[in-house]
Amino acid sequence: MSEAKPKPKLQKQSVPIPKQAPEVRRKNFNEVALGYIEEQALVEANRCLQCKDPKCVTGCPVEIDIPSFIKLMREKNFAAAIQKIKEKNCLPAICGRVCPQEEQCQKFCLLSKVGDPVSIGRLERFLADWERLSGIDVPVKAPSTGKHVAIIGAGPAGLTAAADLVKLGHEVVIFEALHLPGGVLIYGIPEFRLPKVIVEAEADFVKKLGVEIRANTLVGRTFAVPELLEKGFDAVFIGTGAGLPQFLGVPGENLGGIYSSNEFLIRVNLMKAYEFPNVDTPIRIGKHVAVIGGGNVAMDSARSALRLGAEEVCIVYRRSKEELPARKEEIENAEEEGIVCKFLATPTKFIGDEKGWVKAMECMCMELGPPDESGRRRPVPVKGSEFVMDVDAVIVAIGRTPNPIIQSTTKGLETTKWGTIVADEQTGQTSIPSVFAGGDIVTGEATVISAMGAGKRAARAIHEYLMQK
Amino acid sequence: MYKIVSKTELAPKIKRIEIHAPDIANKAQAGQFVILRVNKVGERIPLTLVDWDKEKGTITLIFLEIGVSTEKLGALEAGAVISDIAGPLGNPTEIKHYGTVCVVGGGVGTASAFPIARAFKQIGNKVISIIGARTANLLILEEDMKKVSDEVYISTDDGTKGHKGFVSDVVKMLIDKGYAFDRVYAIGPTVMMRAVANTTKPYNVRTIVSLNPIMVDGMGMCGACRVTVAGKTRFACVEGPEFDAHEVDFGELLKRQMAYTTEEKLALQRLQERRCSCHE
Repeated sequence: MSEAKPKPKLQKQSVPIPKQAPEVRRKNFNEVALGYIEEQALVEANRCLQCKDPKCVTGCPVEIDIPSFIKLMREKNFAAAIQKIKEKNCLPAICGRVCPQEEQCQKFCLLSKVGDPVSIGRLERFLADWERLSGIDVPVKAPSTGKHVAIIGAGPAGLTAAADLVKLGHEVVIFEALHLPGGVLIYGIPEFRLPKVIVEAEADFVKKLGVEIRANTLVGRTFAVPELLEKGFDAVFIGTGAGLPQFLGVPGENLGGIYSSNEFLIRVNLMKAYEFPNVDTPIRIGKHVAVIGGGNVAMDSARSALRLGAEEVCIVYRRSKEELPARKEEIENAEEEGIVCKFLATPTKFIGDEKGWVKAMECMCMELGPPDESGRRRPVPVKGSEFVMDVDAVIVAIGRTPNPIIQSTTKGLETTKWGTIVADEQTGQTSIPSVFAGGDIVTGEATVISAMGAGKRAARAIHEYLMQK
Repeated sequence: MYKIVSKTELAPKIKRIEIHAPDIANKAQAGQFVILRVNKVGERIPLTLVDWDKEKGTITLIFLEIGVSTEKLGALEAGAVISDIAGPLGNPTEIKHYGTVCVVGGGVGTASAFPIARAFKQIGNKVISIIGARTANLLILEEDMKKVSDEVYISTDDGTKGHKGFVSDVVKMLIDKGYAFDRVYAIGPTVMMRAVANTTKPYNVRTIVSLNPIMVDGMGMCGACRVTVAGKTRFACVEGPEFDAHEVDFGELLKRQMAYTTEEKLALQRLQERRCSCHE
């Protein structure tokens, strides 16, 4: 029968994802993208060409068998489809939302030569959400190997490494410094892009696999890495991310109302300050907010400030629009919501009122010179171009570096001049054979999925290391 | 969840609680603090470790009920639980044999001064303690301080006990009397620490203060606790909390501590309203 079916016409455009309208969403913290309904998901899944030699897989840092899960999905076997994803990725509801698919799997999709690539991320999200609503199957744990692994940090790298290791039969404990697991997923990425119930559900899944998560434990203070090894852990994985905020280093930066993006986002996301006074953590931003920087964290900060009630939010970026490092989708979302951008400018001084609160910001215009080592054109200050902007709050989102607390309390752990941990690219093994590391703590600030990829590779290497021991 | 093992009221609105937190008790050192969150909607607030017992696995905290979080904490009785406590955080006090050390505690800061005085005494320093409060019935830990000090001086703002005036006056009096302090440690309200710093500076006595800026994570992530010391921005949570008193920009610190005064009042008012409506 199936041979008789006419071949469906190739759909060049992907099915758009329903979203909250900009004028509505800019006033609430609910998720912006609403996700496909089943019909939409199936139409999109049917666009996949099911290539014999799929290029999309090569773009996936965790090597998901993309054509196979889409095939199962077309057959409406959603349970099998999500299991296919979970063979490689224990956090699909998160990745389906925050992975930069346009730079990864979708970039290699053959369809992008004639139109839009298959929206692989949206399909992944659909399946993960379907599973969460219909009940999650927890795989049976492999027989215990008797080996113990300590994972430091319950962020994307740590959760992934823990899930893979526990499935192989190792006893795994994650030590998390904050009071909730998730790392940047819980403190950094806002509710409207990644609802916290999803992070909780994914962390719960990792717990159900048999991983113990111990919150409120700052390794380096509560225990040091050498102590964990003495306590009987056979291997340690460090996935502590890049959590140290960078400041501009210009006069007046310690005035009230000037936040690091970390402080601002921790207050808003982890502590839910947007519900103050129903929660105890406050945030104050006023009417005019400037966000310094042009990455995803800057976009997240700007859009959060808008939702907190700011009248005008301006992104101040020292290069031009073309160089913005944020995801295109997030830039578009921000623009739709009414975020304004001031390109080719950088703050040179902050001016405060008599109470020590910021009231204005002096900036200098920049122009683009020859490319620097990153390949992007270097911004050069334009003499005499200073101008002043009135602001009630400023969020500094110019990058984050690794927290030095573990490196400084672990003798023999080799680090770079940037403070990152030296680790083998494939295995994550550090200068201490039983200690592995991966994610932002090794690479510097990068993406959720690249950290997960590193967690995955390290889990494989730790398993080999433990089984040879 | 962390259980409150015992609770005592030391003075009006000043409470002492002992909490079961064995991992922290095992590692605690003088000068360090914890970050705690009373319940699921609570703030993360820093409190200095006053005492710890490795055998029992407990830590002791003393606090003044001044805002929504400390009010909530103070309302909990022995047997109740606190959602979260992380620690020990911050760098411990550098405890060395200096000779004569003057430890100054102001208000509830006396509680933070106690383990430091004890540690200095234990390794053989001569410890001169000066403790103060607004009025006599707010004075805490007098007996405890006597046990770990060679001499204890008291001051109250209203003269109801000891010297009438400030602890910084007593520091000056003692120096003028000929006490040669090798180190002065001052812990208490920021204005009091600034006064001690201003007092010792002309005499060139090395003075250390333990700063208490607003913190959120307490682990070096947010930078809310940034202070200017010797012209450089430092994070009190991971680089402190103790700094050279003569290099601290106290004016900036005072302003940063006031950043959320309006919101703090609102939150406290809401808590009190809710309590009243519960009793109706």
